[in-house]
This record gives sequence, C-alpha cells and structure tokens, in this order.
Amino acid sequence: MTAGDRTGGGVPGDPGPPGRLRLRMESTLSSATSSSINGGGPEPSRAVVFDIRDMAVYYGQNRALADTSLKVYRNLVTAVIGPSGCGKSTFIRSLNRMNDAIVGFRLEGQVLYHGHDLYGSDANRVEVRRRIGMVFQKPNPFPKSIYDNVAWAPRNLGMKHRLDERVERALRQAALWEDVKDRLRDSALGLSGGQQQRLCIARAIAIEPDVLLLDEPASALDPVATASIEELMHDLKHRFTIVIVTHNMQQAARVADRTAFFSLETIGPDRFGTLIEYGDTETIFRGASDSRTRDYVAGRFG
Amino acid sequence: MSAASRLVLGDSAPFDPTAPLTASGNLGRRTMVDRIVRVIATAAALFAVAMLVVVVYGVFVRGVSSLSLSFAFRNPQGLAGGGIFNYLLGTIEVVTLGAVIALPIGVLTGLYLTEFAGPRSRVAGFLKLALDVMQGLPTIVVGLFIYGLIVIPQHVQSGFAASIALAIVMVPLMARASQEVLLLVPGSLREAADALGVNRWRTVLTVILPSAVGGIATGAILAIARAAGETAPVLILDSIYNPSQTTLDIFHGVPTVPMLIFTSVELPIPEAVARAWGAALLLMLMILIANIGARLWLARTRTKMAR
Amino acid sequence: MLFALCALAGLLVVVTLFDLVYQLVKDATPAVSRFGFGFLGHTTWKPGFNIEGAGALIYGTAVSSALALGLATPLGIAIGLYLSMIATPRVRATVGPLVEMLAAVPSIIYGFWGLVVLVPFVKHLEPGLHDALGFIPLFGAPSTIGISVLSAGIVLTVMILPIISALSRDLFLTVPEELKDGAAALGATSWEVIRGIVLPSTASGVGAAVVLGLGRALGEAIAVSFVIGDVNAIHGSLFQPGSTLAERIANQFQGALNNLHLAAMFYCGLILVVIGMITSIAARAIASRFDVNRTLGGGVL
Repeated sequence: MTAGDRTGGGVPGDPGPPGRLRLRMESTLSSATSSSINGGGPEPSRAVVFDIRDMAVYYGQNRALADTSLKVYRNLVTAVIGPSGCGKSTFIRSLNRMNDAIVGFRLEGQVLYHGHDLYGSDANRVEVRRRIGMVFQKPNPFPKSIYDNVAWAPRNLGMKHRLDERVERALRQAALWEDVKDRLRDSALGLSGGQQQRLCIARAIAIEPDVLLLDEPASALDPVATASIEELMHDLKHRFTIVIVTHNMQQAARVADRTAFFSLETIGPDRFGTLIEYGDTETIFRGASDSRTRDYVAGRFG
Repeated sequence: MSAASRLVLGDSAPFDPTAPLTASGNLGRRTMVDRIVRVIATAAALFAVAMLVVVVYGVFVRGVSSLSLSFAFRNPQGLAGGGIFNYLLGTIEVVTLGAVIALPIGVLTGLYLTEFAGPRSRVAGFLKLALDVMQGLPTIVVGLFIYGLIVIPQHVQSGFAASIALAIVMVPLMARASQEVLLLVPGSLREAADALGVNRWRTVLTVILPSAVGGIATGAILAIARAAGETAPVLILDSIYNPSQTTLDIFHGVPTVPMLIFTSVELPIPEAVARAWGAALLLMLMILIANIGARLWLARTRTKMAR
Repeated sequence: MLFALCALAGLLVVVTLFDLVYQLVKDATPAVSRFGFGFLGHTTWKPGFNIEGAGALIYGTAVSSALALGLATPLGIAIGLYLSMIATPRVRATVGPLVEMLAAVPSIIYGFWGLVVLVPFVKHLEPGLHDALGFIPLFGAPSTIGISVLSAGIVLTVMILPIISALSRDLFLTVPEELKDGAAALGATSWEVIRGIVLPSTASGVGAAVVLGLGRALGEAIAVSFVIGDVNAIHGSLFQPGSTLAERIANQFQGALNNLHLAAMFYCGLILVVIGMITSIAARAIASRFDVNRTLGGGVL
C-alpha cells in the first residue's frame, strides 16, 4: 500500500492483466454540492466504480434511506459505518440488487456502475451479481463439501477448466487453504465460524468478480477470526474493489481507505438513514467536518 | 499481489466489468434454461388447478339439474324418482356417531402428546408412530377390520359398524389437528399457570383448551368432511339397507350417500344415474365448502394466536 | 385425572392398531392356510373353484401405482417449486389451497367422474399413444373400452398430486433464506439456486412425501374400482383392464361366494396392511430429520 493510495494524487487505475480493456478514468473534481459531504482533500483521480446519485430507498411507504450521493473508487476499501438501523445494510444490499426480493422495495435516484444504471431496464440482475459479489454477516456455507462450496458458482458459469486450481487459488486468497487442503471433501458445516466466513469469501472470489461487498463480515466472529478477515482486506483490494459495512469503528480505521458515515435523521414521524459525511478514512477519524461524525467517532453516541 | 496473480484460464473469457450490464458469457443460455423451468413449473400448477376445475365442473354439469329442495328433503320414489333424504340422513347419522367417538379420543390423544408427554418420551414416539400408521391405512382395510370385529359376531351389517370404522379414520386427523393448535398456545400461558401453583390438568381444562377450541373445531369439521365422503368402509360394513325409507336404527343397515352413488353407477336407468350425479354434486359441494370454510377459519385462528 | 383419560385414549389407539392386525390375520387364516405364500404368486382367481391367487392383483397394484407415482412426482415437485419459489405471495395463497382441494374431493367422486369423463377421453387417447409410442409394449393395441390400467393410473395421479405438491411446497419454504441469498449473490439463476441448494437440501423430505403418495395410491380402492375393470389378468399393455388388491375387495366383497373367497379377500387386506405400514414407517424414517409443522390431517390430506 503506497502513500498515494491514501492521500489522493494522480494514481492511475490498475492497467489490468493482458487482454483486459483499459479502465476508464474519470476526472473527479468535487462539485460544490458534494464537497461538504464527500469532503476533505483533493479527490483521487481514480476510476469510479459506483457513482451513486441521490439514492433513496423505500420499503412500501417507509423511507429507509434518504438522498445519498457518493462515489466508490476502484481498488480501494470503502467502509460504511454508523449506528444500528441507519441503513448501512440497506445501502450495501442495493449495490448488487439483493434488495429486489424484498416486498415493497423501491429505489429512487441512480446507482451507476461503471457508468451503467444498475437498475436500468436492460440491466440483468444475475449479471449484476456475477460482477458484484457479496459476503454476508452470518456465514452461510452451503450444506456441501468445502470444495463444492467454492466450485459451485464457477461450475454454473462454465468455468470447468482447471477447476481444482481455481478452487485452490480462491482458498489461498482467503487464507483458508492450509486449514482445509486435506479435507476438501468434508462438509463445510464442520468448519469453525471464522473458517466458514473465509470459505464464503473464497466462494465469492472464486468467480473473480469486479467488486466485493462485505456486510459486517466479522460481526459474528471472535477477535482472532476477525483479525484474519481484516488481514485479507489488504490483499484482496488489489484485485477487487471492496465496500465493507461495519459497526466497529476501529475496524474501519484499520482496513479502509475511505469511509462513509451514515446516521439516522428524524423529520417529524419520518425516521430514515442518510449519508452524513464521506472522505478519506484519516480525515473522517481525525478531522471530520460534521459534528455528528466527530461525535460518533469519539464514541459519544451509537 | 500483482496482475500476474489474476487467474487467466483458458475457458473463462475474462469479462469486462465496464461493459453494459447485459448477460455475458454463458448467462444467455442459463437464462433461457431458467425461463423454461419457470414455464414448466407454472404449467404444472395450471394443470393441477385445471384438473380441479375439470372434475368439479364435470360433476356440476351432470348433477345440477337434479338439485332441488325436494331432492334433498324427500325420500326416493321407486328406482329413480324422488329425493335422497334418507341417504343424507343416514350419512349424517353414521358420521355423527363416528365423530362423537373420534373427537374425544383424538383430542385427548393430542393433549397427551403436547401437554403430558416429555419431548423425548418413548411412549410418545410410539404413539405418534401408531397415529401415522393409522392415518396411512387404506380405508378398505379399516372396513375389513370392523367387519371381523363387529359384523361377523353381530351377524348384521350396520351403520354402527360403519361409524366405528369412520371413527378410526378420523382419530389420527383429530389428533394431529389438536396437536397443531395446542402447540400454538404460547408456552408463557402454561408457565404463568405453573408459577401460580395451578394443577397441570386444571390449566389445560381452563386455560389451554379454551384458547385452542377454535382450531380443534375446524379440525373436526375437516375430519368430518373427510369421513362423509368415505365409501370403502360403508361398502364393506353397511351395504344392506332399505333404499326407500329413512331409518334411525343405527344398529342395522343405514342408507348412505356414497352407497347410493356406488350402486347407481351401473344401473341402466338414466334417471337413477342422474339422481346419483345429484347426490355426488351435493356431497362434493358440502365437502368443498366445509374445507374452504374451515381453512379460512383456521388461518384466522393461527394469526390470532400468533399475536 | 385428565392425564389418565389422555393416557387411556392413547392406549386405545395403540390397542386398536394391534387388534386390527390380529383381526385381519384371524379372518384371513382359511386362505392363508390353504394357499400360503403361493397366494402372492399365483394369478388364478376362480372363487367358484375355490382357487384364489393375488398375483394379478399385485401386478395391477404395482403398475397402476408406479404409473401414478411416475406422473405425480415430477408434477408435484414442479408445483411445489412454483408455489414456493416462483409465485408471488398472493398467487401462492390462492393457488396453494386450490391444489390442496384436490385432496378434499372424495374418492367416489373421482371414481364416478373417472368412469364418465376420463375413460372416454382415454379411449380417444389410446390410438394416438399407440401410434407414437407403440414400440413400447406398454402402449399396445388400443382397446375398445377406456377401462384400463392407464385410466386407473391417471385417476391415482390426480389423487396423490396434492400430497406431493403440498408437502414439497412446505419443504422448499423451509430452506433458509440466507442460503438462497448466498447462492443468488454468486450470480446464479433461480433454477441454479433450486437445483444446487433447494432440491438437495430437501431431498429426504421430498422422498418421504413421495412415499406417502405411494402409500395412498397402493391402498386406493373406490376410485380405481370404477375405472380398472376388475379383470383378473396380467396384460403388458396399459390399455387393457386389470385389477388391484384394494379394488378387488371393493368389487367382490359383498358378493362373496363362500368363506374361502371372503378369507382370500381378507388375505388381500392383510397384504395391504403390511404395505401400508411399510410406507408409513418408511416415510417417517426418511422425514425424521424434518419437522414439517403442518396439519397433514384435518381431512384435507
């Protein structure tokens, strides 16, 4: 991790391996409206993966998330923090359309992924999820063998060639290979909580998505398992763009390059979550512009 | 980790994440397979509903012309005329007696299983197995059983024998319905009563049963509806009766609706067959209405108790 | 005191079951001692000559039930999938009960309807089936009457369909949402989630449901008696009439020629009891991992 990652400056996007198209770079000079929220320092001129514009989420008549705008940048770890119930999960699940199944779900505004509308009429939901993977809060391994857990999605996608290698590499990347290499055919349900979660990560990266969304991946785990998950972030972000929701501020401070702080607002009877501030992690934790942010990171509430 | 660590494998065309969000790679084919499966599953469901419609309509269209008030409340005249009152009455008699026997036994058994037996009790496990086996018995076998048990010693076929057989059919249904409703009663009710030092059985009688009564009643209706349509037991046990008179003597032959239908089918007299269709329609309508009504009520009971 | 009553009720249930087996054995004894196990293999059934053999009945029972199972299992699973994974909650709440209503229709209605509506339809179907599939001996030369093993199989299919589909639906709904979410998040289509997660994890439960359906089909007497013909013969073709254990009892019990004839039918009943017990116990064993918390009873199923 170089200094350039954290403080901006003209770090071009990863040119990618042979055969891949060059990633587009977008100039990201901050606009007047978003500068206070998307604050602090010069914007890094990195490729934008998610360009979220005035996103609001409704479940039926209830507004869960209000007018959120932010950009998620390539190959960075972006953390989403905030008190319980402020819409962090709703936010991240909207990034790969996992909320579609919820009755009454409605999204307003735009979520642009590499410039394409994620909720556009020609956006294929299954394709979206192929490119934007997710690891959930509670480890949810399939009742299959460890090998089959990791190999299942690649098989679906037709990646039959050198599947064993693919599985091994995914497990190595998730720092699980050494633990399970001799028992790949054993049931995944026999693994410990931390191992199961790493298996879920291996499962997600086996198909080489573009983005990894992690919804409080370590909240159900003990400190040792949590530490191992956090270590993964440093390696994984070189290959993927990572968005991680966490209720643990210290975790965000440890792993994230940029941090978004969400909180609850109340207008009359209406209670909803909204983005308060977004910027480099250092800025958010050391010198946030908004007093609510400063209060939260100082542990004064939530 | 550098770019070199990226997997570049022969068959997986590296996808371009910046491309539009339309299906890439093999997703086109997989989506089609998915759609085909959806169509098949939907067609299957449609087929089932269609079968129901076809059967109900088939009976309706053949039986509706026979239906009238006099059909239900007059006795038969001759081979094909008049009504089916005695058959309806007979069915009511036989089923009622069967229910009177089956209800208490079924509810008490259900009570035993939910309130008195431990969760790991071997006796309870055995009893549950017995109930399952009883429920899975072909009804014609139940008929044979009672034939040997009652008809042979008594030298006469009777509505009474049929009632006993129907009771055997109904007990497992009642026991299961009772269990299901009793399990819905919140444990907190039982705990509160225990904490107050009330006897177990008192709690059951005065607190638990009253709140379960609705569900038990609907279970009873469903069991009765089922028994009313059972033909095999009456065929074995109650097939000799006076076809033109009503009778209240349940210890001899009692005319029943299923028997009317069964015996009329092969008759060369169209009016008799038409009368059988009318009877079939009546039977089917009563059973379907009882089922729909009971389900709706059961659903309401469930939501009430879940609160 | 209440406890004593409850225990008594339970005891009564168990005693009744034992008594049932006892009575059947007792009443079947004349036939059992006369024919022994050969009863199961011999196909001659001539009560007038005091010869009875259940071979053809067992064959008919097996074939008609196998046919019903073969049709109702994929249909039932497909309907279960539709109701649990494809239908919206509103549609599920209407179509589900409609499918379950199929189980509420009494067997005599199915028999009557089968005779008058299905049998002529099958008669129409036979030439076409024979043309298309005649190379399989099952679909032999079309007969002049639709009364056949095929008709019996179709009626049985409709009768056991609600059992398999309702239980499948319930099973599929028990698959934890988080597993299905996890699979969907990996870019899988709904069918892939079904094939990879839902079906494998509910396989035993579905197996139990199928066994329950089989038990129902094996023991069904009345509906089958209307459409199968009570012909004591083994034919290769489905288009020919036949007979089953339960149906033979239904058709010949009241007109039994002599005690041996009666005893032979009790013997058939005994076979049915054994089959019924095996299927009930097997279904329970297969499903013992699952706690399907619904009323299988209440008259609907």
